[in-house]
Amino acid sequence: MSLDPRRATAVQLAAAYRSGEVTALATTTALLDAIEHEEAHLSAWLHLRRDAALGEASAADARFTAARGNTAALAALPPLLGVPIALKDLVNLEGTPTTSGSKILEGYISPYDATIAARLRAAGAVILGKTNMDEFAMGSSTEFSAYKRTTNPWDLDRIPGGSSGGSAAAVAAFQAPLSIGTDTGGSIRQPASLTGIVGMKPTYGRVSRYGIVAFASSLDQVGPFARTAQDAALLLHAIGGRDTHDATSSAEPLPAELLALPSGDAAATALKGRRFALPKEYFVAGMEPGVERAVRAAVASLEAAGATIEEVSLPTTEHALATYYIVAPAEASANLARYDGIRYGASKHGGGDLLQGYLETRGRGFGPEVRRRIMLGTYALSAGYYDAYYVKAQQVRTLIARDFDRVWAAGFDAIVAPTSPQVAWRFGAKMSDPVSMYLADACTIPANMAGLPGVSIPCGLSEGLPVGAQLIGRPWSESQLLGIASGFEAITATAEWRSVEPTALARAANGGAA
Amino acid sequence: MSELSRADVERVAALARLGLNPDEVGTLQGDLNLILEQWAHLASVDTSSVSPSAQAIVQPMPLRDDTPEASLPVEAALGNAPARVGDFVKVQAILTEEADG
Repeated sequence: MSLDPRRATAVQLAAAYRSGEVTALATTTALLDAIEHEEAHLSAWLHLRRDAALGEASAADARFTAARGNTAALAALPPLLGVPIALKDLVNLEGTPTTSGSKILEGYISPYDATIAARLRAAGAVILGKTNMDEFAMGSSTEFSAYKRTTNPWDLDRIPGGSSGGSAAAVAAFQAPLSIGTDTGGSIRQPASLTGIVGMKPTYGRVSRYGIVAFASSLDQVGPFARTAQDAALLLHAIGGRDTHDATSSAEPLPAELLALPSGDAAATALKGRRFALPKEYFVAGMEPGVERAVRAAVASLEAAGATIEEVSLPTTEHALATYYIVAPAEASANLARYDGIRYGASKHGGGDLLQGYLETRGRGFGPEVRRRIMLGTYALSAGYYDAYYVKAQQVRTLIARDFDRVWAAGFDAIVAPTSPQVAWRFGAKMSDPVSMYLADACTIPANMAGLPGVSIPCGLSEGLPVGAQLIGRPWSESQLLGIASGFEAITATAEWRSVEPTALARAANGGAA
Repeated sequence: MSELSRADVERVAALARLGLNPDEVGTLQGDLNLILEQWAHLASVDTSSVSPSAQAIVQPMPLRDDTPEASLPVEAALGNAPARVGDFVKVQAILTEEADG
């Protein structure tokens, strides 16, 4: 049976390209055709690079052809060569628009590559285009995009999560095997959970942010979306590691295990003897019963595979949300000061009064949620309130990190928790109450505050919609976390929920007939 | 913490260089007060002996060698400028004639 280009993983594509079973050009063409056919219903993309992507695919095929028959030459080709990928629209890619989901960057064309874009190009990946997102990555549903409303391929009346909603929806809808997101308070893990895919926020400093539109610089991390843990590991390996253009990127070596993550029986066996901590504060009031059931079932299957589970307490969790919504807006208010209409972006200058030009450029260019956060952050940093809000939040952040330190000191391999207290909600359900939207991030924010790596993996369905389980690990433990995720995939490979695929998009795109 | 008045919201908006219409000021006043009220429990956390963390994972701050390298070409750097004159971004005058000299 030949490989289905839409369902193929990056690992499968890499093998098929090397054997000559399929070409990167045929795969890329199939995905681009699908995207164009389905975009009216999914709305995941802000910019497609059809011709450029086809050119990159042909260049990859030429390298496979040249190396065919020569085992050493084939093995030396990069693992992502010819593999299609989507970028969240806050990654600068030279010669393409970068809007960050905002009208204030409408018409902006990136004059340079972000480091991760340059690394993906060097790895020979085929960059399909840029995906929709909440404006400046502020939001949990992608409804705050200034451009379009991305749907969830499982139910087109529901949000895909956010802020990296376009990248998550594209991978979940089999439009790309891989995509890039960013995660400041959960913006990779939460949409991964709500669309039924794998999404990882690496350790703070693991991946360079050079050329990525900044939101909150002490929290932002770039990370992979994929449909399997192995694929996520390959992508993390391609983008991670020290970058001299980003002083906050770490010199910590990138583990070679990411390139050869165990799967199947080997991954399942490795779960034996693992010690997992189950934080009681993450099973919060308001969590949907179906979500709790699926996460607890995942925990039980880890236990059945030979892992031990112990309940722990992370007592500062209840203050994490408030801490985040002071620190992140404060940093955002400083980062977003650069959008002044002078050097690039939308501009309302020219009326003769400089201050008026700033007020109009920014007042009209930013959408409602971004304005709200800039106001919150400016207030928290203003004279007279700085100690009460900003310094206080920085102190509580220390306590959040200490909670996690105690878990690692007790010898646990990872924390297992829900990613999101609920499944994907209907459009509009949280748009009138900002705090209800913020609460969606309650389970993901603590890892950002502590700089820890976290991955959301599909663990079941609730009322026909995907549920994600979150694994949080100690700093720099991405390969162990993804190894555990791969083990979980192995032990649940025959679970009934794994056989269920999203069909709503295909039904709508084919005119209602399934 | 006391509630933000309309004047407080206008003052913060001016600091943030956000031009808001009267309706937007009212909406933000309500939103900010709602949000800050929800966060009031932070004040109850005992942090008397806790030092603040600016970031959680503290890395040595590396410096690269001070060697010149190519930077963005002028045309690329100016490509997105709303207005330019020659090799410069054109901006409004920041000094009035009276203040000049």
